[in-house]
Amino acid sequence: MPLRWSDVTPKNDYLNRRAFIAAGLAVAATPGWALTGKPSALSTDQKPNTLEEITNYNNFYEFGMDKTDPARHAGAMVTDPWAVEIGGMVDRPGSYGVDDLAPANALEERIYRLRCVEAWSMVIPWIGVPLASVLDRAGVQPGAKFVAFETLYRPEQMRGQSRPILDWPYKEGLRLDEAMHPLTILATGLYGDVLPNQNGAPIRLVVPWKYGFKSIKSIVKITLTDSRPMSTWEQMQPSEYGFYANVNPQVDHPRWSQATERRIGAGLFGGREETLMFNGYGDQVASLYAGMDLAKDY
Amino acid sequence: MRAALNGGLRRIPIRALWAGGLIPLALLVWDAVTGGLGIDPIRDIEHRLGRTALYFLIASLAVTPVLRITGVSFMRFRRALGLLCFTYAGLHVLAWAVMDMALLWAAMARDVVKRPYLIFGMGAFLMLLALAVTSNNLSMRRMGTVAWCRLHQLVYVAAPLVTMHWIWALKTFPLEPALWLAAILVLLGLRVAVPRPIRWNVAAVQK
Ligand code: HEM
Repeated sequence: MPLRWSDVTPKNDYLNRRAFIAAGLAVAATPGWALTGKPSALSTDQKPNTLEEITNYNNFYEFGMDKTDPARHAGAMVTDPWAVEIGGMVDRPGSYGVDDLAPANALEERIYRLRCVEAWSMVIPWIGVPLASVLDRAGVQPGAKFVAFETLYRPEQMRGQSRPILDWPYKEGLRLDEAMHPLTILATGLYGDVLPNQNGAPIRLVVPWKYGFKSIKSIVKITLTDSRPMSTWEQMQPSEYGFYANVNPQVDHPRWSQATERRIGAGLFGGREETLMFNGYGDQVASLYAGMDLAKDY
Repeated sequence: MRAALNGGLRRIPIRALWAGGLIPLALLVWDAVTGGLGIDPIRDIEHRLGRTALYFLIASLAVTPVLRITGVSFMRFRRALGLLCFTYAGLHVLAWAVMDMALLWAAMARDVVKRPYLIFGMGAFLMLLALAVTSNNLSMRRMGTVAWCRLHQLVYVAAPLVTMHWIWALKTFPLEPALWLAAILVLLGLRVAVPRPIRWNVAAVQK
């Protein structure tokens, strides 16, 4: 039986959802609740944060500005049916289902570090597929240089969107070479299960060497273009949030330092860690930016 | 009614206010010990201490307008309100230094002089420090009423600074500190607009 998003949509918050799933399992005894991904050499060997930490400490302003708002309110978002509109400079534009984009047999587990622009960090065991595999399927045309993404806009289910905190819907963008990089994935699950709504269900971007806000959640639109798309934070405050938003300890946010970070879950006296260039993924991605002045193209 | 209220207030010992005022701290310690704080307990500790400090600051600012407008006097409690504010502000700064920044002195020093939200916070903290150390009868006598009052008007600089400290720390423009800033400006406005007690009921005032 194929996985249906409605079966696993959190009702209220993730803990309720687990009780709900347990109940569902007991009744229907269907396999296929879990999502498994092949292990990947690109995973870090650092210890992942707990599921509780990952699902109760989120920035997803579509559901409110507090870190606990998404866990409380994202259950209202309906993720089935779901379609991702792929368009622009592609050979096969159209509306794709989540299972089309990330079929079960292609899923990989990617344990990545996440560095938030607010100077905290986590380690998260995502499950997903390389974005490149999705773009290849759609057939990128030769002139395309950038990929633009858009989050669902549905204020009646996403209560934060009824206030103009940001210019909704949320938008993000990548250069094509960044999008095609093997580290860049579209995630549909974490910790052996489908994505909880508060983490960007049913399908989201993960770009581990950039600040977390680049990894756009609950994607409904992917557009290939030849001009650089404007992202939501850049549009709001261009002096603070650049298009690239690569993790860079030498380039501070104008209002706070990016030199160090605090690992969530480290305890009251866990201290701070040095932030690594490209969030520690420099070996793999530094060449993408060869010759660029990263203090200017932040 | 007003006389009864004032009479009742006079019977409340200052120590009772201190005991009540330290309840938020006790609750915070309780939550920290029992794991009742959120996923990032450091942030929760820092934020709850900062907010409580601001609430006491605003309460102390309200004392004079309330007295002038309603005739109800909380004047006896004002020093304790101010010192409670300073207690929470001090713990807030301590939590930042020890837990959040892990005593990375160089980084702390660099941040405090460079980041507007920390400049505002530090500015407010130094002002509150000056007010706290002079909040005793000896200082009042030594300084003389005029100088002491002038110094303590700094509270009207410190309070808006705290709200700016809060606003500048966030990524988007937040509603809540903006409302507190508005409340502070209203209290300041009332101080100017109502420079002396309103005599609502001459008989009651004359007894
Ligand atoms: C050296 C002085 C100070 C330092 C280093 C400091 C540090 C901080 C930090 C790191 C935050 C968290 C910002 C964030 O969320 O990213 C914060 C928030 C805050 N601080 Fe301070 N602070 C100082 C002084 C003060 C004072 C004097 C007060 C009040 C009397 C105060 C009240 C607050 C409030 C109300 C918040 C917001 C809490 C919230 O978001 O819930 N701070 N401060």
